[in-house]
Amino acid sequence: MQTAAPLLEVEGLEVEFRTRQGIARVLDGVTLSLKPGQTLGIVGESGCGKSMTALSIMRLVPTPPGRIGAGAVRLKGENLLQASEARMREVRGKDISMIFQEPMTSLNPVYSIGDQIAETVRLHERLSRRASLERAVNMLKAVHIPAAERRVREFPHQMSGGMRQRVMIAMALACRPSVLIADEPTTALDVTVQAQVFDLLKEMQEKTGTAIILISHDMGAIAEMADRVIVMYAGRVVEEAATDEILESPKHPYTRGLIACVPHMEEQPPPERGALTEIPGVVPSLAALGAGCSFAPRCSHADDLCRRQAPQPFTVGTDRRTACWLYDEPGAP
Amino acid sequence: MLLAVIIFNFILLSLVPGDIADTLAGESGGASQEVMDDIRRTYGLDRPFHIQLATYVGKVLQGDLGTSYYFNLPVTELILGRVAPTLLLVVTALVLAILIGTLFGVIASRKPNKLFSHFVTVLALVGFSAPVFWTAFLLIVLFVAMLEIMPLSGLVDPTTPRGTLAWYLDVLHHLFLPVLSLSSIYLAAYSRLARASMMDVLGSDYIRTARAKGLGETTVTYKHALRNAVIPVITIAGLQFSHIFSGAVVVETVFTWPGLGTLAFESILRGDTPTIMGILFFSAMIVIIVNLLTDIAYRVVDPRIRSARNA
Repeated sequence: MQTAAPLLEVEGLEVEFRTRQGIARVLDGVTLSLKPGQTLGIVGESGCGKSMTALSIMRLVPTPPGRIGAGAVRLKGENLLQASEARMREVRGKDISMIFQEPMTSLNPVYSIGDQIAETVRLHERLSRRASLERAVNMLKAVHIPAAERRVREFPHQMSGGMRQRVMIAMALACRPSVLIADEPTTALDVTVQAQVFDLLKEMQEKTGTAIILISHDMGAIAEMADRVIVMYAGRVVEEAATDEILESPKHPYTRGLIACVPHMEEQPPPERGALTEIPGVVPSLAALGAGCSFAPRCSHADDLCRRQAPQPFTVGTDRRTACWLYDEPGAP
Repeated sequence: MLLAVIIFNFILLSLVPGDIADTLAGESGGASQEVMDDIRRTYGLDRPFHIQLATYVGKVLQGDLGTSYYFNLPVTELILGRVAPTLLLVVTALVLAILIGTLFGVIASRKPNKLFSHFVTVLALVGFSAPVFWTAFLLIVLFVAMLEIMPLSGLVDPTTPRGTLAWYLDVLHHLFLPVLSLSSIYLAAYSRLARASMMDVLGSDYIRTARAKGLGETTVTYKHALRNAVIPVITIAGLQFSHIFSGAVVVETVFTWPGLGTLAFESILRGDTPTIMGILFFSAMIVIIVNLLTDIAYRVVDPRIRSARNA
């Protein structure tokens, strides 16, 4: 796995939004890479740029007000940021699919779910109406929807949230994409249903070999699903590492804070820490970012250097990076 | 429901001062008290109010709307003779307004900051605030007086042989201006409504899903968005159908279009109570039918309503 060529590479991606307060740089030099069959987790607080990264990969950033300024998104070596819109339509749904946070509203209420799944298949594989509907039934069976033959004719409002997310997964995987982007796929669901959806994603990944980018603010979900994790803060990647490493020894102060915030099921929380922990302060306005590290105002280790100049990602160990001056010690590996 | 309409209309019109005897007497230049009483007896107006009401309701339920005082013809016959031109006018105007208005709205919604979108906004404002009769007169000034390419009034040139192709074309020619004035106001409303509705729908999650599937903008707009966006348009169209009848009265009068509107207007001036009541009854029936059609249209477009009714 370590030696395989990356399937999807994002390099130095910058996205700006024009707002009333000025230009907000919502993504600033985002870099990530995804290998075939791998699951990459993206974590961070609301507004840190997780979803925007996903939309930029799909080139679905609303323009205007958004604008992809710089960087590259390479799928099997092809730079999608320079591809034509027609080429992007081929890629979307066929090579890269996406599922969203809101299963209740992400399906079109006036078309049957069978039609909606079959539509993708017809579009990308030029199958007949009948063949694509058959594929839809098979996909529904694959995501464990009971009575798929009957359900395929039903409409979104006749299904629960968990069912609809299964339908979304079936739709996204109908053309066997090499990358599936799951943007907070379980946030709107009940806890018990969340586990089912994650199990389903894992199972489908084993069957189809698709690589997954899992976006979540839930460290628990990431720990369960992801091989590697990137942590984002205010539009930047602050840390990247294998999941075990990041959970066991988080380097960046923000990552440490995030992990400390995960509630534990303990009989008796230690007295110095209450039942819930938080990172003091709030995410800064993206339109008002200074030159320094964007986490500095909330960081207990921050010094003058942090406030003056933003750190570049430093390599730590063999295969992890973190954007924090603490790891710029001379002679550090 | 219909019964309530009949009774209400009857009571309302009975409250109007003056009756047929006054009108006939007035038109013939005065009459003695005996003649007046005689007229009232002939028409049953001397009987107590509740007997009159009961007689009328009984007759209507048997399909008899009474006899017009003025034309001395059965009201039903009178109305049926006038209904075709009115339906032609109203339905054409409404269908055109909905189709063109929705299309304008859709085009405007796709580029909300472009010139066309502003044009639609201004058009909506002008169309909505200009009174129908004023629009009609402006159109007459332009097309009839200045350009001289449109006929002033009527349904058809009486010299054209009836039933030929030329006759139909002539009707269309005469139809143009009335339809244009009547639909202007509604066109404005629908383009505005469709624009707002489309912009709302285009921002929704399932549109993002459709784009993420790799669909082109045309499919996204006309297949995924439009079908959701027309739901409010259908609602308003159903409600406005009754409203457009009152607009038709004005337009028909301006263009002397021989429809129900002209008949209603003239019957009110003549105090021809049975005809007025007949027309009111008839329009109530049309409103009910249109409501039914609206419900059917809903069920075709929106599966959520289909299953809610079936459950």
